[in-house]
Parts: sequence; structure tokens; C-alpha cells
Amino acid sequence: MPKLLQVLPPVFHAQQTVSLNDDLSQVSLYFIYAAMAVYTVAFLAYVWHLSQAASTVKANRKGATRIEKWAFILLIISALFHGFGVVLRGVAASRVPWANMYEFSITGTFLVVAIYLVSQVFVKDIRILAVFMSGFVLLVLGIATNQFYVQVKSLMPALQSYWLVIHVTVAILATGFFNIASAASIAYLMKGSKLVETSKLKGFALTRRILGLFPDMNKLEKLAYRFNIIGFILWTFTLIAGAIWAERAWHRYWGWDTKEVWTFIIWTIYAGYLHANATRGWSGKRSAWLAVIGFCAIIFNFTIVNLFFKGLHVYSGLK
Amino acid sequence: MDSSRPSDHVSNEAPIASPELGVVGWLRWVWRSLTSMRTALILLLLLAAAAIPGSIYPQRSADPNGVTSYFQQNPELAKVLDGLQLFDVYSSVWFSAIYILLFISLIGCVVPRTIVHAKAMVSPPPVTPRKLSRMPAYFISKTKSASSDSIVGDAAALLKKQGYRVEVDGDSVSAERGYLRETGNLIFHVSLIGVLVAVGFGGAFSYSGQRLLVEGDTFVNNLAGYDSFSPGAFFNENNLQPFSMSLDKFEIAFDNNVDHVGNTGTPIDFRASVSTKLTPGSEASKAVIRVNEPLELPGSKVYLTGNGYAPVLAFSDKPCKALPGGVRVIEGPFSYEGAVPYLPQDANYTSLGVIKLPDAKPNQYGVLSFFYPTAGKLPTGAFTSIYPAALSPQSSLLTLNVYVGDLGLDSGIPSNVFSLATHGLKQLSGGKTGVKPIQLLVKGNAQDLPNHMGCVAFTDLKRFASLDIDYNPGQGWVLLFALLSLGGLILSLLVPRRRVWVKRTSEGVEVAALARGDDPALEKIVVEVADELGFKAKSKKKDTDA
Ligand code: HEM
Repeated sequence: MPKLLQVLPPVFHAQQTVSLNDDLSQVSLYFIYAAMAVYTVAFLAYVWHLSQAASTVKANRKGATRIEKWAFILLIISALFHGFGVVLRGVAASRVPWANMYEFSITGTFLVVAIYLVSQVFVKDIRILAVFMSGFVLLVLGIATNQFYVQVKSLMPALQSYWLVIHVTVAILATGFFNIASAASIAYLMKGSKLVETSKLKGFALTRRILGLFPDMNKLEKLAYRFNIIGFILWTFTLIAGAIWAERAWHRYWGWDTKEVWTFIIWTIYAGYLHANATRGWSGKRSAWLAVIGFCAIIFNFTIVNLFFKGLHVYSGLK
Repeated sequence: MDSSRPSDHVSNEAPIASPELGVVGWLRWVWRSLTSMRTALILLLLLAAAAIPGSIYPQRSADPNGVTSYFQQNPELAKVLDGLQLFDVYSSVWFSAIYILLFISLIGCVVPRTIVHAKAMVSPPPVTPRKLSRMPAYFISKTKSASSDSIVGDAAALLKKQGYRVEVDGDSVSAERGYLRETGNLIFHVSLIGVLVAVGFGGAFSYSGQRLLVEGDTFVNNLAGYDSFSPGAFFNENNLQPFSMSLDKFEIAFDNNVDHVGNTGTPIDFRASVSTKLTPGSEASKAVIRVNEPLELPGSKVYLTGNGYAPVLAFSDKPCKALPGGVRVIEGPFSYEGAVPYLPQDANYTSLGVIKLPDAKPNQYGVLSFFYPTAGKLPTGAFTSIYPAALSPQSSLLTLNVYVGDLGLDSGIPSNVFSLATHGLKQLSGGKTGVKPIQLLVKGNAQDLPNHMGCVAFTDLKRFASLDIDYNPGQGWVLLFALLSLGGLILSLLVPRRRVWVKRTSEGVEVAALARGDDPALEKIVVEVADELGFKAKSKKKDTDA
């Protein structure tokens, strides 16, 4: 590519300036890396905690509580780094930091952690899910920094709307709630699995003891339900807000664009989940499976649909 | 089943027996199966699954060009898929069948539930069960003072104050609250029907038309004014308001800061300045249309959906005229003169235009042309655009490849103005002909066409805007019902519906509660009620959880 002129001459069309700060976005990235490093340690500490708490040796079990405390402190430290990284990214781009996949990932995972940290104050039962949560956040951040990273860019005109703030924030929040719920459902399904329950293999004995640390199945089911209903209300709002925005930006409120299709599919799966909870023969395991499938659909929507499907929502920011 | 979901929560339909003999029995069986929760659940999941192919295959409604190119690339497979309506998933027989069944099921479900709920709202709470200790939340106090006479009255007053509907029944109080939960549920489901009806009604009366306008052009709102138009089933041409709209100016702001590596040249704002007249004689009013900011006119909204360059070109059959000082100009009469919308091919607005000159003498010819707002050269020597705007009048370049032969415009088959079927035409310049493509600068010298066919000049550079003019009377209703259903949903999921009983026994007092649906606060409620009534004892919760 030939180089652009060093200074572009004044041009004969409307002028508007954007402010982008690449150095600052680099600093933001360092904060994200730092958060990842601490998340890694926190995750390992949580794994260690589980293995100690599930130990057959009494002394080990006693030490487990202290390990959990440390893991929790590490989690908070990483969340702080993470939060700084997100905010700096927004400052660097002079706008909300969720306009491409990298930014969705860092903001979304931060909200997952924030929802978790707030919820665990009220719902003590979810403390044990920290290992799922930190592992998941770490995985997403790893993919985001490796695969999705893009330099700060200005917003394309279709995204310049306060609906970006409303619609996307609520969608990310919904995802956070669904995420925690799916962790509870996975724990529920593992606990209820015949294989885990009856297998004589050694690994399963440990798994059984670890699962024994989780709330009982009944509680897990309720936890999943409570987080899922919040997620579902937020998702319903996301769908409506998306339609309102689409009417302004794309001249129709609903057009079965691939992203709209998947938002609808996810909504329908979770509606199925809620019905399943109230249908004899479907509450329990089957509805837990539906919750897990619903969350898989969300992940699919965010990754495969964003990257490989054709549609109007082309904002992964990746070529 | 868990404790927080008492049996009245789960749809307690008896297993649906096999059909009785006879038509009536059979119909009843079909109806009962269709309106059962299990069917609703399965239909919902089927609907989710049936929506998937629409995101995999291009859809005629959202991406007609995608369908065309699918047919070109896989003609055989495309035919099969088309037979299965996989390019029209959301209007297909099978997708429609699922959602229509779902909504029939929904109506069949909501009507009886509404009746049951209406009855429940006017009847007193059910009598106190004999064995309160069976309830998921339970408190017992065996202090003697409990059996004081006032306890029943106190409990009734307390629960009433807390918003319960209360019924005193001898030695006990039966109370219930949270009827809004079921009301919300019904509002939610009924509003879904409202959404569906509003979508259908809006679609039938709607229209959507597209029009490309070059700066300076005027559009008049009648069917002839549109480049493409898709009306709903009940659309009536007389409903088109007779407004007209001119595109005065189209401007784009690009990020022109060279330090913004990777962002330089990104569009920041598109603005279409228009003048509209609501009726032919009326005063023109000015407005700006932007992405996300459509212009509202009576009976329609105008949206900005695309844009590009429209070089103004002139073609003549006479050779160019040389003036003193090396200046070359074009002389009329013109076989073509006007602005030609060029379709952008990349982010830097490398643009492709097609001009067909059926009236040129002696031979008709066609032109495939590229426009580079700021031209640069690739290592291969080919031109490309390196910035989406013209940085200076000299920086933008237009190249022309000329094709002679029958353009096929007389055959009666409508041809696409944006494409030139070069098959069967003879290329005279550019490509492999060995003749350099004609190169023009805006307001620069005119150039001769190959083979002494005449002269061409690039006289001005304009922009065009693609506008969408849409009308949908159902929109507001869809939104209203959608918001109602959201409200209903919130009530239905978050309002706790519970029954509380306080009973005086010979030994003391019992307090119990039962929730319909999930109710995280149930045990707390029992303790609180007991507490308010003066019993500090610890709750003995019935731990079915363990
Ligand atoms: C378009 C189809 C339907 C959708 C999208 C849908 C969606 C939902 C949702 C999201 C809920 C949970 C929120 C609430 O409790 O209000 C729900 C609950 C419920 N739905 Fe539906 N529904 C549909 C059709 C039906 C049908 C056909 C029936 C009856 C057979 C039905 C019966 C119920 C019942 C009884 C509940 C309450 C369950 C509970 O108490 O948790 N729904 N529905």
C-alpha cells in the first residue's frame, strides 16, 4: 500500500473529529494481561481449595477455608485490574468500550465477575461456583487478547446511538446472569449423573467428593432458576431494545438478520426452559439441559455467528 | 419435585388418555393434547430449531443477492433447498405451521386459565389444611401463651396489613397474596398474541421502497418514483402521500487523522441534506437524514441506507476538440450526459460504474468504469483507492473500458443498470486489449474514445444516497404489546405468590407457608409472621431440601 500523505489536506466535506488514543489502549491491554495473570492464580487457588476441601485427610480440609479466602482476595485484585483495563479502553476510544468482539469480551467478562461478586454477598451458595467462573473468564480473556484484539477504532455511524449503551449493556448483563446459572446447571447435571454417582474409578471418587462440596441438587436447581429468570427478563428487554434500534438504523424493526435469528432462538430456548420447569417430566434434568443448551447458543451467537455468518451485525472488528 | 414448587404449580394435567371412540372424542383428545404444557414446550423448542436454517442459508427477505449467488454457485443443490423453502424459512409452510400451532395452543391455554384466575380473584383463600407441618415452611410454638384468644384476630390483622387476602376459619387464618403473579403471566401470554397480530396487520398494510438519489435530484412519492418497491398484501397505491424530496447535498466525515493508524479513513458521519415538499405546491422544508436518524414524513419515514460517488460524465460521437494550451474539451450533441451512480467496492470507495450507450452512432457501446477517490498504485501496477474521499481534485481518477456490440437492450428483457453483460461484446480498451484504459480527472481534459468513436469527459463529481422509504402502521402496536408482555413477564417471574396459615392449637400456635413457584423468602416469611405475633422461637423449617 502506498503511504498516505503525512498530513491530509483540508478536505471539502463535513468535518468531525474523533479522538483515539493508542498509547492508552496499550496501557489498557497491560491491565487486562495483569488481570489474566492474577485470574490464573485465583483459578488455581480455587482448584486447590476444592481438592483440599474434598480431601479425605482432616487436616487438609481444615486448611481449605484459608485457601478459599486467599483465592477470593486474588479474585478481587484481578477484578480491579480487569475493571481498570475496561475503563481505560473506553477512555482511549472516547466511547463505551463495547463496539467490537475484543471489547465485548473484556466488558462482558468483567460484568460476569461483577455480578458474581455482588451476588455472592447475598447468595452464599454460589461462592463455590467461583472455580467455574474464574476459569470461564480466563478462557474468554485468553481468546479475546489472542484472537479478537483490534486497535481502538471510531464507531461506525450505525453504532452511534444511545441504543448501543442500552441494548448492549443489557445484553451483556443478561449473558452474565445466564452464565452463572449455567454453572449451577452444569454442577447440577454432574451431581445427578449416574456415571459420577456409581462409577468405581478412582477419579470419580474425588469428583464425587468435590461435588459433595456444592450445594445439594435442589439448591443448585433453584439457583439456576433464579439467575435464569433475571437473565430472561434482561434478554427479553434486549430483544425489544434491539428491535427499536433496528427500526432506526436499518429501517425495519425485525428482518430475520442472522443476529436477530439467534437472539430469537436463545429467547425461545429459555422460554422452553421456563416451561420445562413447570412441566411434569421436564423439570429437573431436562430443564437443566435446556439451560445449558441455551447458554451454548449464547456462546455460539457471540463467536461463530459473529465471525462466520453473514449479516448486518458485522462489527467483530476483524477482517 | 422440589419443595418450592408445590403440586399446584406444575401443570397437573392427568396423563392424556388415548382417544375415545368417535369423532367428538377424538377431537377432544387432539384439543387437549394441543393445549397441554408439554406440547407448548415441544413446539417452542421446535420453533427454535426451525429458525436455525434461516441463519445458515441466505434468505430472500434479508439477502436476495445472496440467494442469487447461491443459485449461481450450486444450481442443483439450490433447487432442492428452494423446494424445501430453505431460502424463505420464516414464511415457509413448516415454520408457519409450528408457530400457528403454538399460538392456537397458547389461546387454548390462556382462555381457561383466565377463567380460573378470575374465579380465584373473587373467592376467599382456600381453607386451612389439616396438617400444616407438611408445608415447605413451618413454625411451631408450644408456649401456652400462644393459645390466647386474640391470636387469630391479631394474625388476621397483621396479614391483611401485609397485603394478604385473609379468611378467618375458626381457630385458624388462611391468607394468600401475589395474585399479580398469575395476572402477569396471563398479560404476558395474551400480549404475545397481540404482538403476533400487530406484526401481521402491520405487514399487510406496510410498504418499503428504495430510491437512489444523486445530489440535485428529486424524488416524487409515487410508484414510478421508486427503484424497487415491496408492498404488503393490503397496500393501496392511493395511500402514498404526494410528497417530494430533493437531495441537496450529501456529506461524509471521515477520520482524517493520520495518527489514527487503522482508523484513518473510517467514516464517522453520513449526512443527507434534503428539501421536502409535502404537497406539490407547498413550501419546501429542509432536513438532515443521518444513519439512526430517519426523517419522519406523513405516512412514511425516510432512512439513509447507502451512499457512493456519482461522477458526471458526458459522451459524444464527435472527437474531442483541442483548444490552445493543450486543453481538450467535449462538444455536443451528447449520446449521454449525466451523473452515473458508481457502486462502492471496498472501504476506500473504489467504485464500479456501468454506462450503456444504445444511441451512440455508428455502433452502440457499453462502458465499465472504475472510480478511485484518491488513486494509488498497487505493487502489481493496478490502481486502487487509498483514501475514501478525494483529497484534492487531482487525486481522484476515473478509468474507462469500452465494449462495443449489441447491448441487448432491445430484447425487452429488463437489464440491471449496474452490470454489463460483456459476453458477446468486443472490448476496445483496458484489460488484455493492449490499449490503455481511458483515464480522466474531474474537470480535467476530455479524452478520445478508441477507434475514433467519439469523446468522453468527466465534468463533475457528485455523491448519491440510497434512501429507504418505509411505512408500517403496526409498529407502534408491536412495541406496545412487546412492552406489555415484558411488564407481564416481570410480574409473573418476580411477584411471589404465597399462602400463609396461622393456626391456634391446643398446645400453641402453628405458622406455615406455601409458595406457588419459586419463592426464596418463604422461610423468612414464616419466621417474620411468628415474630410479629410475639414468638421469638427459632423456626423449625421443614427441610425437604436435605
Ligand atoms: C408463543 C408461545 C409461548 C411463549 C413464548 C411462552 C413463554 C412463557 C414464558 C417466558 C413463561 C415464563 C414467565 C411466566 O411465568 O409468565 C411462561 C410461563 C408459562 N406458560 Fe408460556 N409461553 C408460550 C405458550 C404457552 C402455552 C401454549 C401454554 C399452555 C399450554 C403456556 C403456559 C404457560 C404456563 C402455565 C406458564 C407458567 C409457568 C410458571 O408458573 O412458571 N405457555 N411462558
